[in-house]
Amino acid sequence: MTETYRLLPCADRAVTVEFGNTISEENSAKVAAFTARMNQFSLAGIEEIIPTYRSVTICFDPEVLSFSELEKTIQKAAKRQARRKQEKKRIFILPVAYGSEFGPDLERVASCAGISPIEVVRRHATRIYRIDMIGFLPGFPYLSEMDPTLETPRLASPRTVIPTGSVGIGGKQTGIYPMESPGGWNLIGRTPLLPYDKNRTPPVPYQTGDYIRFLPILRAEYERLEKAVAAGDNIIPWEEG
Amino acid sequence: MALHILQPGALSTIQDLGRKGYMKDGFPQSGAMDDYSLIRANLLLGNDKNAAAVEMTITGIRAYFDAPCAFVAAGGDFGGKWNQTPILPNTLYQAAEGDELSFSAAKSGCRCYLAVQGGFDVPLVMGSRSTTLKCKLGGLDGRKLKKGDVLPIGEVKNPTKGSSFLNPMPDGEIIVRAVPGPQDDFFTEEDLNLFFSQSYCVTAESDRMGMRLEGQPLQSKNGTDIVSDGIAPGSVQIPASGQPIILMADRQTTGGYAKIATVVTSDLHLLAQAKPSDKVRFVRLNAREAREALKQYRAELLIP
Repeated sequence: MTETYRLLPCADRAVTVEFGNTISEENSAKVAAFTARMNQFSLAGIEEIIPTYRSVTICFDPEVLSFSELEKTIQKAAKRQARRKQEKKRIFILPVAYGSEFGPDLERVASCAGISPIEVVRRHATRIYRIDMIGFLPGFPYLSEMDPTLETPRLASPRTVIPTGSVGIGGKQTGIYPMESPGGWNLIGRTPLLPYDKNRTPPVPYQTGDYIRFLPILRAEYERLEKAVAAGDNIIPWEEG
Repeated sequence: MALHILQPGALSTIQDLGRKGYMKDGFPQSGAMDDYSLIRANLLLGNDKNAAAVEMTITGIRAYFDAPCAFVAAGGDFGGKWNQTPILPNTLYQAAEGDELSFSAAKSGCRCYLAVQGGFDVPLVMGSRSTTLKCKLGGLDGRKLKKGDVLPIGEVKNPTKGSSFLNPMPDGEIIVRAVPGPQDDFFTEEDLNLFFSQSYCVTAESDRMGMRLEGQPLQSKNGTDIVSDGIAPGSVQIPASGQPIILMADRQTTGGYAKIATVVTSDLHLLAQAKPSDKVRFVRLNAREAREALKQYRAELLIP
């Protein structure tokens, strides 16, 4: 089998394993399979395994794990991936109140697409999204398989404060702000659940390669769930797909 | 047993060696910018090398101990005084109950670490005591120190070892070694040569996330935007401006700018002590030489 990746050194303690340089389902699948294999090997000396759209960056301690040994393991993990069995999907379900103060840019997205706000909600919430990458903030999932008609340019001037749980559209992608932060994505709704909770184990329940589904809810349900979360119910439900 | 903060300084946070294993979930590692100063201070105090200390930036704290405690102020010379007596940086002292420490401002370096025997015993959050301000995580409620804070001090496990250590602060031009990549192929040979030869200036926009440098701008041949990938410590991003940003302790986990080179681990502590308007020059190593440099650095850390 030919090697389908490039090894890009990052000085002494990291290396990036690059499977491609574009966002594609093929690259995401390679990244997911490779990451799963590397995690199974659970080599001593590996400090971080960071999957992205198209590559995996591995931080390691070269005095615990020699680079040549790491190289061999990477080769093994990349080769095995073709034979990996299809595993069951984990689909996390996030209830979202769309529009009004929860999604102040819903109208903008609608007029950009030339459709009604309710149609934006329908197109946004009928998909199951693969998490292609987590980055920017703890638990911020980049979801690239959005309905292409919903593509909306980022705001010309980013907001300084975006509330926790806001669901946004940035260009061709959609995602969730897991904590208050500045940001330039178009906000279309908000989930009362906490994608990131430092007091939960694990603090971020989903991983790159998992899936997310949005469930439209009304204000009354948002408020009910918000109260439940405040009372300590911090579980994000998921189903097998 | 605790340290009571009377004046917090401009930006003082609790840091250990950082939070490992959560970058996949989007968490910055954080940790002491100058790991050399923190580790040497901890070893002198008989602490675990990962014990938490207070990292001061440019200006110092004023504080008092409510019980006897051995301490070291490591890194930059912040004009420290123990009661009214001036103290030397990187030197062990034994404070008595009620003794006051005060630091003015950086006379050398940019960061000073107040480490105590037993370490500051704030709660471990995801395996670390380091503060990540952006995520309001770790340290003391995830924030910088303020007046009236009480920092609990942990139990003493081992006796102190030695009295002081050498820790020269950068003076004049700082030479840091870096390995080309991971995206050096986005740049022309001329750009790489320019990057590895010119003297850069540290700008005032530098912080715990990134050191922003200014020099003759580079022009990457394919534009500097890439599809985001993971970011290693010391990665040197080149955004559209052509001016380098070296990604430090609070760096984001992924990024979409091409990274021309990566600074070796053993030289990051030098950058941590650079102040605005200091000069930085990069020297090219290959990855094997960089791993060799790490080995030497770790041996150096253990020299009494």
